[in-house]
Amino acid sequence: MKPLTYPLAALGRVTLGFLAMVGRVSIFAGQSLGHIVRPPFYPREFLNALLHIGYFSLPVVGLTAIFTGAALALQIYSGGQRFSAEAVVPQIVAIGMVRELGPVLVGLMIAARVTSSIAAEVATMKVTEQIDALVTLSTHPMKYLTAPRVLAAILVVPALVGIGDIIGIMGGYIVGTKQLGFAPGAYLTNTWNFLETADIVSSLVKGAVFGFIAAVMGCYHGMNSGRGAQGVGRATKTSVEAAAVLILAANFLLTSFFFAT
Amino acid sequence: MIELTNVHKGFGPKQVLAGVNLTIPRGESMVVIGGSGTGKSVLLKCILGLMTQDSGTITLDGEDTSQVERDAFLARFGMLFQGGALFDSLSVWQNVAFRLLRGSLARPKTEAREIAIEKLRRVGLTPDVADLFPAELSGGMQKRVGLARAIAAEPEIIFFDEPTTGLDPIMSGVINDLIREIVVEMGATAMTITHDMSSVRVIADKVAMLHAGKVQWTGPVGDMDSSGDPYLTQFISGSAEGPIEAVR
Repeated sequence: MKPLTYPLAALGRVTLGFLAMVGRVSIFAGQSLGHIVRPPFYPREFLNALLHIGYFSLPVVGLTAIFTGAALALQIYSGGQRFSAEAVVPQIVAIGMVRELGPVLVGLMIAARVTSSIAAEVATMKVTEQIDALVTLSTHPMKYLTAPRVLAAILVVPALVGIGDIIGIMGGYIVGTKQLGFAPGAYLTNTWNFLETADIVSSLVKGAVFGFIAAVMGCYHGMNSGRGAQGVGRATKTSVEAAAVLILAANFLLTSFFFAT
Repeated sequence: MIELTNVHKGFGPKQVLAGVNLTIPRGESMVVIGGSGTGKSVLLKCILGLMTQDSGTITLDGEDTSQVERDAFLARFGMLFQGGALFDSLSVWQNVAFRLLRGSLARPKTEAREIAIEKLRRVGLTPDVADLFPAELSGGMQKRVGLARAIAAEPEIIFFDEPTTGLDPIMSGVINDLIREIVVEMGATAMTITHDMSSVRVIADKVAMLHAGKVQWTGPVGDMDSSGDPYLTQFISGSAEGPIEAVR
């Protein structure tokens, strides 16, 4: 090979590698969905996953949302003052939280908390031969490990997003009424009247998609981890990076789908 | 009977199994020995279908293992993994009764727990261990729990992967004796992978030595010391001098 073609060969290798990975992840995601609807089912694993992904994520989701909503209210008020539009704080906080910040921040928090935890757990199971043990015990690892987690994430992350939206709006409400001088009743009325069904639906759909991405990335990288502690560490890191990037990309696509005119 | 015919398996340029031919008769205890990296675990995983051989055939009672119905096939096996491979999130009894709590062999929870405690007792563990988690057990206890899990569903065939690795000599002796007793008691076909010669002498009816991806020697355990095979003799004596290179 001529030296001149080296960069092209390298580019080709990277492109092929990337496309192969996209293919593998897509097949894995499809298989995960297939295993969700085909028996046998593992309700105990599913309930565990619901608890870990949903209930135990509430504190971090709540704290993230309340501080974001509060900061958003301050930003909109101070920015709005430049053209005498400070009165729109309730409406913009509501639309900002429900359409964008609620789903994205919850999605990223889930990626940080849940994707990493799933990847580390599954990768450790692989390294310690627990996944091989599942197979020898006539249990399909994707049915037992992946399907319950993915289904739980699809169902519970929208609920977390909804809770995050409400807490975020309440963060804005607290700052608006205690610090910026808004009347409590008027703040809530303006918030409620401004939101449309499409805003809420888009928020919940984003939550389901982000939950799916977070769980699939955790399981995929865990199941395909390398050997030893380094393999587990790399799988965990890569899963969080991939989940975060895919969540942001999916957010753009879903926003385009719901709101681009 | 398990029969391997001309089994090959490679990883990239490295050929780990290069034409393995081996027969494990029903009800016999075969121990496969060989140096580290000679493909003993790969051989075992190929039989179980955890890995697929590149070529060659593996049959169980005359049926090609790649063609059989997986659940029914695996239901005939029990396996003790090298590190125990116990599920961290489940208690000891739930680990032991894993197969009895789900799938085709599922039984009511109370019955499964009773069987698990009985199997724990069989491997020398008291019932108070049942509700502990694997992380709370010593290495020897984890091996015993792994052994109890392997025999919980009374399989016809049991595989033991390095059953004494990481254990002190006394605990190794206990595990070796347990394996021998259980295999005889259950009349099971057993295949053990080890490089611990004390295990070989206790567990084996027959021995096969893997070297360079092939079965270098096979025969009854009683013939091992007088085999005259230089590879086997060097392996048994643990000498650095001989046809097996010390640096691999």
